[in-house]
Amino acid sequence: MPIVLLSVKSLLNRRATAALTILAIAISVALVLGVEKLRTEAKASFANTISGTDLIVGARGGAIQLLLYSVFRIGNATNNISWESYRDLAARPEVAWTIPLSLGDSHRGFRVLGTNADFFRHYRFARKRQLTFAAGGPFAELFDTVLGADAAETLGYKLGDPIVVQHGLGQGGFSKHEDKPFRASGILAKTGTPVDRTVLVSLEAVEAIHVDWRGGARVPGMTVSAEEVRGMDFQPRAITAFQVGLKSKLAVFAFQRRVNEYRKEPLLAILPGAALQELWSLMGTAETALAAISIAVVVTGLLGMLTILLASLNERRREMAILRSVGARPLHIFGLFVVEASALAASGAVLGLALLYLLLVVAQPIVDSRFGLYLTIGAPTMRDLTVIALVVAAGFVAGIIPAYQAYRQSVADGMIVRT
Amino acid sequence: MAGAAVRLSDVRFRWREGDPLVLKIAAFDVAAGERIMIKGPSGSGKTTLLNLLGGVAVPQSGRVSIMDVDIASLRGARRDAFRADHIGFIFQMFNLVPYLSLIDNVTLPCRFAPVRRQRAMARSGSLKAEARRLLGHMELDADALASRPVAMLSMGQQQRVAVARSLIGAPELVIADEPTSALDADIRRSFLDLLFREVGEAGSTLLFVSHDASLEGAFDRAIPLSEINEAGTER
Repeated sequence: MPIVLLSVKSLLNRRATAALTILAIAISVALVLGVEKLRTEAKASFANTISGTDLIVGARGGAIQLLLYSVFRIGNATNNISWESYRDLAARPEVAWTIPLSLGDSHRGFRVLGTNADFFRHYRFARKRQLTFAAGGPFAELFDTVLGADAAETLGYKLGDPIVVQHGLGQGGFSKHEDKPFRASGILAKTGTPVDRTVLVSLEAVEAIHVDWRGGARVPGMTVSAEEVRGMDFQPRAITAFQVGLKSKLAVFAFQRRVNEYRKEPLLAILPGAALQELWSLMGTAETALAAISIAVVVTGLLGMLTILLASLNERRREMAILRSVGARPLHIFGLFVVEASALAASGAVLGLALLYLLLVVAQPIVDSRFGLYLTIGAPTMRDLTVIALVVAAGFVAGIIPAYQAYRQSVADGMIVRT
Repeated sequence: MAGAAVRLSDVRFRWREGDPLVLKIAAFDVAAGERIMIKGPSGSGKTTLLNLLGGVAVPQSGRVSIMDVDIASLRGARRDAFRADHIGFIFQMFNLVPYLSLIDNVTLPCRFAPVRRQRAMARSGSLKAEARRLLGHMELDADALASRPVAMLSMGQQQRVAVARSLIGAPELVIADEPTSALDADIRRSFLDLLFREVGEAGSTLLFVSHDASLEGAFDRAIPLSEINEAGTER
């Protein structure tokens, strides 16, 4: 086929324009594939964060809000659950296990989660995987803490290092609980969930550091030393939320109703899966907008290609006339432009895929440490390949426009361009 | 005598219905092997005549026969294939495809013309070798010129490359459209000599269109276009 060879040589002759066109298409394709990658990875990561939990119980409010603050450490609880209510519900016969969660403190930018040994026993992520320790073990003493993998790494803590917990969630150095230092007793192995960025302490410890605090501020003149604190009894007064595992899945809805109709205080029980679904549907609009933007970018890239091909038509009239004189049919001329457009689009799409992998390799550690989202690098998905095929097809279709113009022009010009 | 290389009879052509006639030729023959010059100022219908001979334009009535084939009766794609196989063209200027190499420019017709491809292969063993041979005959050193883009060649060199291209695969008819008009006066003569020698060696018929009366004497025959074209009023 002489036309394919001619197309390739013609494009090589116009390297600079061809390269820019290909680059524009490549960037647009990388954007589309990248957005899609982020979307699926984010969903997978969210879905992997919680596993095996039948219900999450918190103060009455929004289901998504409860899911976000209890599991993903995003946002704050508006209200607490009293310890009595928690004990009452946790003692129900249908309950197999519970994990109490007490949130509100932070340590150098990492959230502090007050819980108990049940967390290490029952918390499951990514298809029922259990937490494991990279070093040390669960709390043994009142002021023991367990660090998530990222928290330990970022802060550079080793086992036995002292830790000062900060009240509230701000980054600033105000109102530290420096009089009651904690000690790192264990470091968890990496999970790829928000647990990695959490500092875990016992519920009693949360109570202890607040023993001389009321209403968010230290009580003037009242100081209790760490030594005195160790001798006191720290029955927690309230927790933020708790996760529930039931003995039988059949009991889920009955137990959920029991919680939601709980008399002593207004509570809310949610099914994590259902709440996630609700979250996805909320994000649907944003997803659609992102998809629309990336499609618009691809269209822009293809329009750029079209502009360049159309602009070259006039200066290539003599070339077409020569080709006609040596025996090329008008259909050959048509083919020349279609092949050029398709080649540009295909090169752009393939380069875009390469660009995506390059970006993934570069961005993977950054996204992981900044957003706790681990981007897997694997073979292109069926969806990626479909996007690439669509871009090439769109390039082919776009090529028909200048090709038809060139066809008509060459029929009119014949072998001699009259100027 | 092998008969006529070109024979036009009762040809009438106008660009569009209702336009005035551009060409009206009752009879015009070119014998095989003849070197004929057609004279005429620009705008006298030369371009149209060439497009008719090449089969890229079709007369409204009459016959345009090349090698005894009425090309007006062939269908579009067949006409293009016929042109590729039997006619070599040389134009006034801009003969070369800028993105092809020197050799690729010369062998270009063989990509569309199987007959000329076979002849060229039979002659030199490969298209490349035949292109080199022809370029050599046109006093061009293919190796020395290969490194430069063809657009960087001098006008005289470009025109000689165009001759080599028109002759590859020895087409029966070579049509030259004012090939010397862009050349300096002092090299016109030598260009013409080379052209004649090679056309003679290939055994092709030469139809040479020009308004340069000084070249007339070199041809077997020189006819003003106005003599054969009765539509001559066209402006």
